[in-house]
Amino acid sequence: MGRVGVRKVMTVLLVSVPAVILLYLALGPTVISPLLLFNSSATAADPMLARDALILSAIRLPRVLMAGLVGASLACCGAAMQGLFRNPLADPSLIGVSSGASAGASFSIVIGAGWIDSSAILGLSVVSLGAVVGAIIAVFLVYRLATNRYGTSVVTMLLSGVAIGAVASALNSLFSYFADSDMLRRISIWQMGNLDGATWERVFLIFVVALILCWRLPQHCRALNAFLLGESEARYLGIRVERVKKELVLITALAVGIGVVVCGNIAFVGLVVPHILRSLIGPDHRTLIPASALAGAILLIVADIVARTVIAPAELPAGILTSLVGAPVFFFLLVKSKVLNNPERL
Amino acid sequence: MILELRNLSALISSQISLRNIEFAVDAGKTTIIIGPNGAGKTSLLRAICGDLPLSSGQVLLNSKALDDWPVNKRATLLAILPQRSTLEFPFTVEEVVTMGRIPHSTSNQRNREIVGEALDLVDCQHLQHRSFINLSGGEKQRVQLARVAAQIWEPSASGERCLILDEPSASLDLAHQEMIVTMLRHFNEQGAASLVVLHDLNLAAKCGDAIVMLKQGRVAALGTPEEVLKEDCLNAVFDIRSRVIENPLSNKPMVVT
Repeated sequence: MGRVGVRKVMTVLLVSVPAVILLYLALGPTVISPLLLFNSSATAADPMLARDALILSAIRLPRVLMAGLVGASLACCGAAMQGLFRNPLADPSLIGVSSGASAGASFSIVIGAGWIDSSAILGLSVVSLGAVVGAIIAVFLVYRLATNRYGTSVVTMLLSGVAIGAVASALNSLFSYFADSDMLRRISIWQMGNLDGATWERVFLIFVVALILCWRLPQHCRALNAFLLGESEARYLGIRVERVKKELVLITALAVGIGVVVCGNIAFVGLVVPHILRSLIGPDHRTLIPASALAGAILLIVADIVARTVIAPAELPAGILTSLVGAPVFFFLLVKSKVLNNPERL
Repeated sequence: MILELRNLSALISSQISLRNIEFAVDAGKTTIIIGPNGAGKTSLLRAICGDLPLSSGQVLLNSKALDDWPVNKRATLLAILPQRSTLEFPFTVEEVVTMGRIPHSTSNQRNREIVGEALDLVDCQHLQHRSFINLSGGEKQRVQLARVAAQIWEPSASGERCLILDEPSASLDLAHQEMIVTMLRHFNEQGAASLVVLHDLNLAAKCGDAIVMLKQGRVAALGTPEEVLKEDCLNAVFDIRSRVIENPLSNKPMVVT
């Protein structure tokens, strides 16, 4: 079945994370030794080195941490959603978070045009707050539509996620229609997913999200494994199915929503990373989720390294890169898996 | 009485409902549910398991209403195998059976032993490291049987155990249909009760201590195999022309058509 040992994969991932972080710190318009961060006597003596140290601590370090934390959150939420929906092609954006956040952001760019950037809370602009509100509304609607007094239907949730996503993107177009050209550019750049807005405040925000994920997700790994047998089977195994579902949807909405707030839409990380790792180490969530987190961090850091260097000194939004690479991979997975031949999958 | 149904009614669809169903399964006994297609056999099991809301009546497990049991404690006593398995993720056979141990806090070492013994019981020891999704239908069924067996493998302090199976023999060959009989006997000898839906009337006669015959959501007959498997009753319920003779090997009733 082509499984590689869990231990082998985890070792490679654990070694690669610090390696890509160091690589990230070193590369850029100027190549800087990451060791400079710890060498205060040298930077005190040489103003050029002091400038380099400032580039590291104020620009590259928060940015690489943000890339890593966003990538990790998206990937482990992806693994959790694929387990919850019992579908290896599910994605955190399926529950409407990303499209809701985009519509919220466009709304605040167009309507709140006057006071954008002038007011900010915790390093977040009005646009970001609009995105959070949009994400919350979307998830709430999706969840309500799929819930009746007998519980929440995962299939209905999937379908209403698609429907709410369609409504949100229509609203998005509507706001874009009324936007002037400057607003349009802001909307489209925001939606591409870009890590260049990294600040320590944003790193802190996504760090809190990552802590919540580290605390809550491991408690649901056995439940997610049981979910793969079927929802009733999970209940027969003593899992509190409704509670687990509700909590997983909520923390995914939070993680993806905050992810969208700090760096816009980053597509396909949550879909592709868990999918590939599942084929390497098997579907057991107790190992799949931590491995996905590490690999998600690595993927987004590497994507941003490429985004920053490929057309240097200018740079690409990392979200474009993940989509460009992710979409063909997604299609490949779709064709290879039995989904197309097996309509019963949903 | 391990499992007791008291005057259970539930709505299956606008056309059909389960009405006033009442029977009990005793410790160490097996009760078989039979009936024509659409009689409500699977719906009855779903109602017992809490997947189909009851309109009236009660299900008791060890004399305590099913809803009053904490879910995780209930899972150590009551194992249920639905008709169809939908597992489409590449777990190994061993991992699937180990999931039966989720409600328990036994050591990994002990879980491994139980999984091995459960796989032995269903004749699947050799499949242990294979990927579940590549197995044949009958092999999948046997692995799922091992999973529910592992779930209630050991006697529990909180009460007597109960095994519920929905058409476990559907995709099994003759030798492995016999295995169902062995498996039920294995648990019955330890005092556990079982409730099984079967289509094969002769298999039902062989492994059932009692038989419940359903027709259109009602109990049409209830009793020992000898009492229920009678020509006139079978002919009326199943709309067939049958003869009941004595099985020369087991001395149980045997239905021939």
